Amino acid sequence: MVISMEVVLRNLTKRFPSRDRKNHEDVIAVNDFNFEIPDGKLIGLLGPSGCGKSTTLNLISGLQKPTSGRIFFGEDDVTELPPENRGIGLVFQNYALYPHLTVKQNILFPLENLKGKDKLTKAEMLDKAMEAAKLVQIDELMDRKPKELSGGQQQRVAIARALVKMPKVLLLDEPLSNLDARLRLQTREEIRRIQRETKITTIFVTHDQEEAMSISDMIVVMKEGIVQQIGKPQEVYDSPANLFVAKFLGTPPVNVFEGQVKGGRLLIGEEDVMEAGEVPDQEVYVGIRPEGFRLQEDGEFSCKLNRVEVMGRDISMVSENKASLNSTIRAIIGTENEINMDQYKENTSVRFHLLPHKVFLFHKETEERIYFGER
Amino acid sequence: MENGTDYKKIEKTAKRKKTVVSTVTYVLLTVWAVIVLFPFYWMILTSLKSYGAYNSEYIPKFFTLSPTLQNYADAFTTVSLGRYLINTTIFTVVTTAIMLFVITFAAFAFARLDFKGKNIAFLVFLSLMMIPNELVIITNFVTVTNLDMRNSFPGLILPSVTSVFYIYLLKENFEQIPDSLYFAAKVDGTSDLKYLMKVMIPISRPTLITITILKVIECWNSYVWPRLITDDENYFLVSNGIQEIRENGFGRENIPAMMAAVVVISVPLIVLFLIFRKKVMEGVSRGGTKG
Repeated sequence: MVISMEVVLRNLTKRFPSRDRKNHEDVIAVNDFNFEIPDGKLIGLLGPSGCGKSTTLNLISGLQKPTSGRIFFGEDDVTELPPENRGIGLVFQNYALYPHLTVKQNILFPLENLKGKDKLTKAEMLDKAMEAAKLVQIDELMDRKPKELSGGQQQRVAIARALVKMPKVLLLDEPLSNLDARLRLQTREEIRRIQRETKITTIFVTHDQEEAMSISDMIVVMKEGIVQQIGKPQEVYDSPANLFVAKFLGTPPVNVFEGQVKGGRLLIGEEDVMEAGEVPDQEVYVGIRPEGFRLQEDGEFSCKLNRVEVMGRDISMVSENKASLNSTIRAIIGTENEINMDQYKENTSVRFHLLPHKVFLFHKETEERIYFGER
Repeated sequence: MENGTDYKKIEKTAKRKKTVVSTVTYVLLTVWAVIVLFPFYWMILTSLKSYGAYNSEYIPKFFTLSPTLQNYADAFTTVSLGRYLINTTIFTVVTTAIMLFVITFAAFAFARLDFKGKNIAFLVFLSLMMIPNELVIITNFVTVTNLDMRNSFPGLILPSVTSVFYIYLLKENFEQIPDSLYFAAKVDGTSDLKYLMKVMIPISRPTLITITILKVIECWNSYVWPRLITDDENYFLVSNGIQEIRENGFGRENIPAMMAAVVVISVPLIVLFLIFRKKVMEGVSRGGTKG
């Protein structure tokens, strides 16, 4: 029912003039962004705050002009087009509903601005508004004012307003960050469902990696204006391109150690923990996912146990190691094989076997990944 | 369990305390209300006394046993109070309307648009507030006289069609509206003018109503400027009309008739204030706390 669009970003760059009087260097919010967003997919733009993800979204929407680079929607170069001619829907973090208008009037607002051949009759507008409202399941609330709605409902109204024009591209800027935890889970499912039903190419910005991982077809991880990695969520998680991506994805976060490769073996501290394939001898950072640890009496890797946290589904063992860059190491042990936890006392040594495909080696200077073990 | 009695005691003391506090509050408020309302009462009372009765009272009486409306009839027939009222209404409506138009666009420009020297221009505007009104009146007088606009409505209206303070108040109010609303409207293809009309003005309605009412009161009560710029009775406003009435309206000093005129002049404002009381308070407190 909707013509959605592939979105192509080519060498997209945005610089802001520096406000600092002493330092006149420009701030580069987005640096040479290249990406072809496939038609009809849900893309998560992910990164810590200030990484340029919102700026990227604003460039795609046309609210800001890029310093250089081009943006294409399908075949059309839209770089110079004003936002209203791009056929986009935009949802803001704070929803940006018009407080003095009812839900219905809010949804109708974009339609009232259509001109020329796109102009609709009153009845057509109402039909479209109702359709959009039904899609996000707020058709019962049409006569309320935004302040009479809960956060989640407001969010739905904002989505309905963005969808009512049948945009070719839907842009969501931190759509869930103003909702409480439970509602966030629910709403993100909802966004996924709406996207599936409408098949509109959707780009959404978030700093929450779990959110991005759970609903995106693809994620783009950004840092300081530079794209770090683009890929399917699981691929990015399983084979991070560099230390930043490895650290940014995953809860609990990856455990990072200083280590070295010597004669094809990986050493963490004094311990020879696993083989390191073809990697030449050098100092490395070692990232180990929390689920990469297996309790084993004769394991290669030893730690000083701090405490054991039992959290229903799994058990996490918090321990210390001299080579660790984090103050504690968190290992998650599944409860499927019954383990008698009583045998593990605080401040005793505990030994782990490491799963090779959960261990990543990163170059000490570039922090690029150089190796990870085979499954 | 032995605490039970204590609770009763505490409750009793609290109750007594509450009664005392509210009694004192009400007494003080009553006294205050009497002080504030007394001049109004005196005005209305005097306007209802007949000329003879008023002048024969050696000691003023706090009531009258033979109220009369003759003074009201005199106020409209002997002097041209009706004309003054019409003049004032024209002056007030036109001035307020033009001013609302001017300040809305000025505030929009300062709050929403980006242009070179915006901050400096606004600073100059604000610094105008530091120049006392009396100083400006002299230059305005010279200007309006040179433009040959004495004894005319344009001359009366022109100096008060803008207000730096109201521009400032409205700008602050406009700036409270989140930028994202503007961006949302932009994405939907709304022009700046349409955004102003359909979003900013409706959202700032309480402030605009407050400004309107304050301006109406200001216009209705304005005295110095109309006094300076008009000497033709046909252009007198109620404020200087009243002065005229006192001096030579009735051929003698007719205080009760004058009071009747004053009542007629005050009533529209009082009614207006009573209708919009809530809105005025809302707007003022909103502007005060948020700005």
